[in-house]
Amino acid sequence: MPDIFEYAPAPESRGIVDIKPSYGLFIGGDFVEGHGTSFKTVNPATEEVLAEVAEADAADVDAAVAAARAAYDSVWSRMPGRERAKYLFRIARILQERGRELAVLESIDNGKPIKESRDVDVPTAAAHFFYYAGWADKLEHAGLGRRQDGSVPRPLGVAGQVIPWNFPLLMLAWKIAPALACGNTVVLKPAETTPLTALLFAEICQQADLPPGVVNIVTGAGATGQALVAHPDVDKVAFTGSTEVGKAIARAVAGTSKKVTLELGGKAANIVFDDAPIDQAVEGVVNGIFFNQGHVCCAGSRLLVQESVAEEFLARLKRRMGTLRVGDPLDKNTDIGAINSAEQLAKIRELSAIGEAEGAGRWSPACDLPATGYWFPPTIFTGVSQAHRIAREEIFGPVLSVLTFRTPAEAVEKANNTPFGLSAGVWTEKGSRILFMADRLRAGVVWANTFNKFDPASPFGGYQESGYGREGGRHGLEGYLR
Amino acid sequence: MSAINKHGRKRGDARGERIDVRKTYKLYIGGAFPRSESGHSYAVADRTGTFVANAALASRKDARDAVLAARKAFGGWSGRTAYNRGQVLYRIAEVMEDRRPQFVQAVVQSEGVSVDAAEGVVDEAVDRLVWYAGWADKVAQVVGGANPVAGPFFNLSSPEPTGVVAVLAPQESSLLGLVSAVAPVVVTGNTAVVVSSYERPLPAVTFAEVLATSDVPAGVVNILTGSAATIGPWLAAHMDVNAIDLVGVAGDAALATDLEVAAADNLKRVRRAPATEPDWSADPGLEPMTAFLEVKTVWHPIGV
Repeated sequence: MPDIFEYAPAPESRGIVDIKPSYGLFIGGDFVEGHGTSFKTVNPATEEVLAEVAEADAADVDAAVAAARAAYDSVWSRMPGRERAKYLFRIARILQERGRELAVLESIDNGKPIKESRDVDVPTAAAHFFYYAGWADKLEHAGLGRRQDGSVPRPLGVAGQVIPWNFPLLMLAWKIAPALACGNTVVLKPAETTPLTALLFAEICQQADLPPGVVNIVTGAGATGQALVAHPDVDKVAFTGSTEVGKAIARAVAGTSKKVTLELGGKAANIVFDDAPIDQAVEGVVNGIFFNQGHVCCAGSRLLVQESVAEEFLARLKRRMGTLRVGDPLDKNTDIGAINSAEQLAKIRELSAIGEAEGAGRWSPACDLPATGYWFPPTIFTGVSQAHRIAREEIFGPVLSVLTFRTPAEAVEKANNTPFGLSAGVWTEKGSRILFMADRLRAGVVWANTFNKFDPASPFGGYQESGYGREGGRHGLEGYLR
Repeated sequence: MSAINKHGRKRGDARGERIDVRKTYKLYIGGAFPRSESGHSYAVADRTGTFVANAALASRKDARDAVLAARKAFGGWSGRTAYNRGQVLYRIAEVMEDRRPQFVQAVVQSEGVSVDAAEGVVDEAVDRLVWYAGWADKVAQVVGGANPVAGPFFNLSSPEPTGVVAVLAPQESSLLGLVSAVAPVVVTGNTAVVVSSYERPLPAVTFAEVLATSDVPAGVVNILTGSAATIGPWLAAHMDVNAIDLVGVAGDAALATDLEVAAADNLKRVRRAPATEPDWSADPGLEPMTAFLEVKTVWHPIGV
C-alpha cells in the first residue's frame, strides 16, 4: 500500500503577524526596557532568530510587583465585579478577533502545528477569559462559603505567575483570567523560549484599555521566575511547569503566607480494555501522546493495553502512526510540529536512548525530518516494564511507552504506580467499568473514551507530585480568593 | 427654525426641511416581523398622552404562531453549548449598547422619565444581559452536582431547560423589566413567547430588532405587543407551553389566579405574579432562572 497520500503543502501565511526586532517588559501599562541580559527567541522549526527579548532582573520584577500592587490598591480591588467582568469580556473578544494572528505567532514561536494553535490553543484561551469574565460578579455563588468573620471571599492581592512553553497563550489565559476575575492583579512570566504571544497579549490589554498595572508581563528565564516567586509583596504564586521546579517553589514559599497552586508533570496511563472500540481507541492514544509533540503535562505517555488485544492494537497503532505528518508547523496538514527547543530535544533523545539501553523495543515510522530545526519522530517503546525509566519519568515528547495488563485490578495497580497523578484515560464500552476505574485512579482528570479534552468550565490539576490546586471551572476560583 | 419632534428628530416644515420616515412597529415571530394576523393595531402614546405610533395588537392566532415558532426553535437552542448561548447573550448586550441613544429615547418616551434616568435604565438593562450571559455555563455548576448516594453508583444532577416559556412582561418597566424577564428564560436554553407591556410596547419592538441582528436564532424569542389580559389566557391554556411567568399581571390577583388555574391543565411551571412590580435594579438572584429549569438525575452503576 502507498504509505501516505501526497498532499501539496498548505502553509498558513506569516504575513498576518508583525514580529518586532526587540521587545521590552510590560510594566504599569507600558513597554519598558529590561535591565537583565536580553535573550533571543527562535523559531524551533527553522532555528531562525525571531526577536531579541528583554530579561527582567530583580529590580524589574520589583517594579512590576509595585505596579501590580498600585493597580490593586487604587483601581482593581475597588472596582465592582461587573465592571471588572467587562474588561475580561473585552479581552476575550479581542483574542477572538485577533485569533489567527495569535495562532500563527504561537506556531512560529513554539513549533506546534497551526491546526492545533488555531483550533485549540487560541479559541480555548478566548473561551477561558469569556468564562471567568462571567464569574467576576458572581463570586458569592461560587460555593466557597463564608470566612470565619462572616465575610465573603476576597481577592488575595498580587499574583506572581510563571508559565511553561508548551501552551504559551493558553497557560497565560488559565493564569490571568481567574486571577483578574477574582479581583487580583498579576505579574506573569512567560517561558524564555516562547515569550511572543504573551507580549502580544500585553498589546491586547492596551487595546482593551485595561487599567495600567493590572497585568504586567516580565520576560526572562529561571532567575526572573525565582525573583518573582520569592518577592515579599507577592500574595499568590501560580506555577505550571516541571515537578522539580514546583518543589523548589514549595520550598521557597515555606514560612510565608503566600497562597500557592502548582500544575506540574505527569505520566498518565491510557488504559485500553479488550472491549474498547479499537479504531477509536487508536485515535485516542495517538492524540493522547502525539498532540502538541507530546509536550503536554497530561499526555497519555504510558499505554496500558489489555494483553488479549495488545498485538492487534499495536499493529493498528503503528499503521496509524505511519500516516502522521511531521514537519512545517505552519502547514495546515501537519500533525506533529517541531520540538520546542534544542534543550528539550536533547532530553527526549537521552531518555529514548536509555529506553533502548534498558531493553525496550523502539519503533518509529519512516519519516523525513527537516534538516534544520528541532525534530523528533513519533516513537513507541514496546516491552516496557514498570521499572524502566521511560515508564517512570516524564519525557515530554512524542514518545509512548507500551505496557500490558490482564485484569482491571492490575491496570489500576500499574496506572497508579507513579509519583505523579495528573490524568488518566480509560477505553472500554462498559460504563460501569469506566466508573470503577475512575474511582480507583489517583489522578485529577480521568478521560473515558476520549483524551486531552479541555474546557474553561472543567477543573484541571493533579494528585501527588503533579501539583496541587485546580485551574478551570468553579474550582479554579479557589486559588485566587481567601 | 425647526422644533424637535417626539421622535427626537427635527420636524419638517414648509420651508423644505426633510420630513422624517417613521418606523412601523410590528410583532416579532419566528425571526420575522409580521403585522398582527388580525389586522388590528392600537395607538400608543407617550407619558404626556401624545400619539407616538400604532402598535400591532397581537391576537390569539399570533400567540399560537409564536408558540409554534418557539417550539420549533427549542431543539436547536437547547442543544447549543452553554458557552455558545452565553456568547449570543453577550452579543445582544453588545448590539444593545451600540444602539444606546435609541433605547434611551424609547425609555424616555414610554416611561416618562428624565434622560438621565433613562440612561441609567438602559445601562442596567445592558449590564443585566451581560450578567446573564455569564450564567450560561455556570448555572449548572451552581445548582447541579454529584450526589453521594449510599451505593456503588455514579449519580449526577443537572439542570435542563423546561421548554417553551410564556412571559407576560412587566407593564411599567418597559425595557429593564422586559430584559430581566426574558434573559433568564432563554440563557438556560428555553425559548420564549413574550407579551410586552400594553401601554409601553415600543421598547420591546426595538429590543426585538436587536435580537434579530444578534445571532439569536429565529423563534428563540418571540415578542407580541398587546394585552396580557387578552393573550395571557390563551398562552396559559396552551398545551404546548411548558411554563409561564405572570409578572406582567402584577397587582391583578384575580387575573393571575385565573391564569394559574388555566396553567394547571398541563401543569405549567408558574412564576407567580407579585402584588406589585419588583425593583428591577435589584440583584435578581438565581430564582428567575431556576423557575424554568428541570433537574435531571442520571444514575449509573460502578463496577468491573
